[in-house]
Amino acid sequence: MIYEASSEAVILFLLFVGFTLGLSFWLGRKGQSSEGYFAAHGQIPWFVNGIAFAGDYLSAASFLGICGMIAVYGYDGFLYSIGYLAGWIVALFVVAEPMKRLGKFTFADALDAKFNSKGIKLAAGISTLAVSIFYLIPQMVGAGVLVQPLLGFDHWVGVVIVGTVVILVVVTAGMVSTTWVQFLKGSLLVIFSAILTWMILERGFEVQTGGIDGHQFKILGPVEIDDIPEAISAVDLGITDTQINMESAAVPFVRINHAEGAPTYWTMLDNGDGTVKLLETQTRRIVAEGELVNGQLKGTEKGQAELHPVGYVSKLPDGKQKTGPLGLASFFSTLQNSEVVLWNHFDLKIEGESDTRVYYQKPTLGSQVLRPGEHPKFAGIRKESFVGKLNFLSLMLALFCGTASLPHILIRYYTVKDESSARKSTIVGIAAIGFFYVLTLYLGLGAMTSGALDVTDSNMAAPLLARSMNTWLFAAISAIAFTTVLGTVSGLILASAGAVTHDLMGTVFGMEMDDQKKVRVAKISSVIVGVIAIVLGILFEGMNVSYLVGWAFSVAASANLPSLVMILFWKGVTKEGVIAALIVGMVSSLGWILLSADTFKEVYHMVDHPGYTPFGQPGIVTIPLGFITLILVSLMTKKTAE
Amino acid sequence: MESKNARLGLQLFSVYLLFYGGFVFISAFKAEWMEATPVAGINLAILYGFGLIISALVLALIYGVTCKGEDEVPAPPSTDAKSATAAKNGESA
Repeated sequence: MIYEASSEAVILFLLFVGFTLGLSFWLGRKGQSSEGYFAAHGQIPWFVNGIAFAGDYLSAASFLGICGMIAVYGYDGFLYSIGYLAGWIVALFVVAEPMKRLGKFTFADALDAKFNSKGIKLAAGISTLAVSIFYLIPQMVGAGVLVQPLLGFDHWVGVVIVGTVVILVVVTAGMVSTTWVQFLKGSLLVIFSAILTWMILERGFEVQTGGIDGHQFKILGPVEIDDIPEAISAVDLGITDTQINMESAAVPFVRINHAEGAPTYWTMLDNGDGTVKLLETQTRRIVAEGELVNGQLKGTEKGQAELHPVGYVSKLPDGKQKTGPLGLASFFSTLQNSEVVLWNHFDLKIEGESDTRVYYQKPTLGSQVLRPGEHPKFAGIRKESFVGKLNFLSLMLALFCGTASLPHILIRYYTVKDESSARKSTIVGIAAIGFFYVLTLYLGLGAMTSGALDVTDSNMAAPLLARSMNTWLFAAISAIAFTTVLGTVSGLILASAGAVTHDLMGTVFGMEMDDQKKVRVAKISSVIVGVIAIVLGILFEGMNVSYLVGWAFSVAASANLPSLVMILFWKGVTKEGVIAALIVGMVSSLGWILLSADTFKEVYHMVDHPGYTPFGQPGIVTIPLGFITLILVSLMTKKTAE
Repeated sequence: MESKNARLGLQLFSVYLLFYGGFVFISAFKAEWMEATPVAGINLAILYGFGLIISALVLALIYGVTCKGEDEVPAPPSTDAKSATAAKNGESA
């Protein structure tokens, strides 16, 4: 789709971002000692810290990724909501208080409290860096996504803007301002999502045949296969021949060649009685002159075309056309008995032509939309093969274990004054985050039926949903989401900078640093990490941000959780055990991800490569591996330690 | 006090782990159960999912309220708390 900026959206957006930055700079004046820069002097009130948890946590992944995944595939995106929230239980019941008790600035402090070992600081510092950078990727991708429909910029411009602003925030500010900015955004995000949910319920469902641009997608038939050319000539002129193809794509389709202009494609839906329905598609192809959309050059001028927005209900229960306002429960029960047109795509490789991507309609029952297992990555749970089920278990395990191992969440325990505040702020965080996650299901399904979806990018669903309601709301939501990305990214960069300064430079390399120098080193590292994040954010464009975050959780859980938990509950842990567990967990999970089929397809663009791992999600193998390594190495080195 | 909190934390954690584990294993091995609509025409997947989110909050509140009685030690002024932590870490502030 082509996005044009609307001036009121831009104004509101700039005001909001300007206010946040101003606030951040103003608060940042106070934060210039290292204690202030990294831990806000331990002076943040617990309630504020709790909402700031929500601000840190409800990042691009939650707002954009989950809503997007639900909007395109249905319930499966909500699995992430469930897993992300469950992780907080581990954080609250197991990790929060000891973390606060043992540490000071970084997560390595807590691991190292008993041993005072350079090796642990080094390993934990590197793991913090690895996890933070991995987690930064989806945030940056999300930033690009937000800027596109709002300001009309390209993806990479969005990424560069966010990167630059974040580096500015982090360099001038520190943990005090990051926290207050997160508090502000965390509350606004939850409030505005609630408003949006209310509007979705008020709007209800309406039967449509196309998206909000007014284009009505044609469905022809039922026709006998032999009558297909005739049926299509009734709506499509200048046809020279019709090729029926049952094999080479995910669904059978018909290619229609014309005397002039590009071919068009229709997919076939088998009625089971020898007849088929023909469904209009949308296509995209790169040619010498530029991008062809639906056979015409992409653009908004006459004779040009753009992809139509999609996502609508095609049938309602009892043959109704419109439901009117719905309640919290009737929203689901109505959708359960309706039919929704989802969109999917396949790629065609035809000799002598550049590749064509065909987006096709997929009428789907509401009962299917609302059950797990429709997303291709989760489809394994509906098949016989055990590997698909393992992949699912692995992801759910990583989500459960990952939260409590994320460095930027862990450092937030040092911004409150004591263990009781750590506990209370976690509870506030769970309340705010849980409420938001309940809303994600409404937001995602609301976007699915909003008629505003972009078939090329699932991450865009939530902002486009808001735009289909109201431009001002869209501007407000985008501004909040954008600054939330800013805040999460600054939290992550601060965590990385802390790791570099305290764990690597200070302890491992034995650099003597006074307070000012510490802050300076931290700022320089922030700039470097920021630049890395920008580059990665551009490289990973188009991948669903929730999926990327799932990987970051796997790395965090595999590398950090075994040591964190075992130090708390087992006296036999040795420093060698901790170091080994950190390294093995980090290397094995990162290695697994980089060698998985998903990475070959999405990142290296080697579509048919099977990858070298049996399934995509490493957690179920690499988290236990971290624990086993820790126990074995600790047992082996016990004597030396004594 | 710490160990009492920790014990309670672990008990509540086990309760939630069972509930979450139930959800994950049903989804993985009996996915069709999730399509049943036991209450108000809403399927089990949504009911169980919302249940998990709400129960997380309920357990968190139980933990918060139960631990509360043990906060009788007034929080030390923050500078003391910090130097105590710093001393533990063998670092200077």
